[in-house]
Amino acid sequence: MKRTSWIKLKESAIRAFLFTNGILAVVILVGIFFFLLYTSIPAFREVNIKEFFLSKNWDPTSPVKAEFGILSMVVSTLMVTLGALAIAVPIGIGVASYLSDVAHWRVREVVKPIVEVLAGIPSVVVGFLGIVLFGPAIAEVFGLSNGLNAINGSILLAIMAMPTIISISEDSLNAVPRAYSEASLALGASRWQTLIRVKIPAALSGIIAAVMLGMGRAIGETMTVLMATGNAPAFPKSFLSSIRTMTATIAIELGEVPYYTTHYYALFAIGLVLFVITFVVNLISDIILHKYQEREL
Amino acid sequence: MKKKITQFLGFFFLRVCLYTVLAVLLLFLFDIGSKGGKVISWEFLSQAPRRGMTEGGIFPAIMGTFLVTIITAILAVPMGMFTAIYLNEYAKQTRLTRIIRLSIRNLSGVPSIVYGLFGVILFVNVLRFGTSILSAGLTLGLLTLPWTITASEEALKAIPNSYREGALALGATQWQSIRTNVLPYALPGMLTGMVLGLSRAAGETAPIMFTGAAFYLPFLPKSLGDQFMALPYHLYVMATQHHAISQVRPLAYGTALVLLLLILIMNLAVIIVRYRLRRVKRE
Repeated sequence: MKRTSWIKLKESAIRAFLFTNGILAVVILVGIFFFLLYTSIPAFREVNIKEFFLSKNWDPTSPVKAEFGILSMVVSTLMVTLGALAIAVPIGIGVASYLSDVAHWRVREVVKPIVEVLAGIPSVVVGFLGIVLFGPAIAEVFGLSNGLNAINGSILLAIMAMPTIISISEDSLNAVPRAYSEASLALGASRWQTLIRVKIPAALSGIIAAVMLGMGRAIGETMTVLMATGNAPAFPKSFLSSIRTMTATIAIELGEVPYYTTHYYALFAIGLVLFVITFVVNLISDIILHKYQEREL
Repeated sequence: MKKKITQFLGFFFLRVCLYTVLAVLLLFLFDIGSKGGKVISWEFLSQAPRRGMTEGGIFPAIMGTFLVTIITAILAVPMGMFTAIYLNEYAKQTRLTRIIRLSIRNLSGVPSIVYGLFGVILFVNVLRFGTSILSAGLTLGLLTLPWTITASEEALKAIPNSYREGALALGATQWQSIRTNVLPYALPGMLTGMVLGLSRAAGETAPIMFTGAAFYLPFLPKSLGDQFMALPYHLYVMATQHHAISQVRPLAYGTALVLLLLILIMNLAVIIVRYRLRRVKRE
């Protein structure tokens, strides 16, 4: 009798221990939010919130009047992200369709690990290639003095977002019930027509979720944009101008800023904005993806 | 006829998409391989940088990345396993479980620089670990956690329920069944998935920039409180922050190649082990 109660105690202790580990994920996520929020708040003692979001001028070290407007960098971030999606979405969906509909299974077996390799290349290496490989090429094509600008960043971010977009789009294309495409083929549609008019529309929610996930990755990416976009802290004029994103601003300035100054707190405020944006984007893609999966089941 | 032509052009476009991606990857590997290959020598791998990092090797950076990844693993591997065991073996479909899963998926989407900021507040300031290899390793550990959880859960899911039921039917408790009939079979899959996660952590720069990575430090860290050099950060420094960037470009290429090889070898090992595991299962 004593022994069974000892075993029971041990069992529930193990269970409680494992549960604590599980709950820790929630604690970390909430912890990140609150720590960022707590460290951001002091910034707004001196900076007007409206000015923080709507002013284009970010000049925190000016001896005359320090300015803390993040609009330029938010627009820069959105610009490279949209540029990246403009490249990565058509190509990514193209590759996913090719793998799910056209390719021989042997080709698929070879290509899938290769795409994983692409996903495994560290962002700092991609950024380095932006400097040594794409930079000079872009300077040549557009006749610029250097190629470190928004286009360069967009191309690199597209490459980084591509593996996510490819693998999740392919999964959702494969999840389309066979009956759909069989019915379409039986009615005399070609394989191409079936792909474009039946399979892609049926898999659309999954593809949109894939694009959102890729977008979240592009918004939060630091090293590639830091190295390849030139880092001029001005409001971007075009895709050929040098830009500085939110992530790059934090990366450049956090190393030099004196602790516990308004500038220091303002950098954490940028981090908070970044966290909130990516959180919302990921949440939306998550909701789409799970609704979609439940429907399939 | 028109239908056939559209189909031909359509599939041709899809093929072009695939070839573009493959070409970009090949271009990357070729450029780094050819230019970095010239630099790599035993001296480059085994010596510290000299003369303001214009000569010498990257040994402290290689060791630094190795050591910080060990700290990352010490945090992320057991925690990832425990969480996965809870989620896959114990958790019922409650609202709390859904919130835990949602948090894990969202954690994997948090930008790496935000983890860096969190590490600065929590490990460097609040817990007073300072900018050190410990702070950097723990920050990377948090970043890796969602990947190790997901990898472990995948492996646990692959174990058929009959294994668990077999043990339970013989009177084993739930933990006994997990320990003797689930974990031994899930472990290889769990570990390979975790190696993938760790290889990604080893290539991260943003989270360690402010939590412990040093610009130049030709020694190895002697304790957990010391700063360290790391391959990704060293590459960033050599590519953008060095005072003679064009002079040290070959060294930057060499660093990039070593970093890439390190990660590709870890990835390749995982792919091979997985392939073997799958074949064993089929037979």
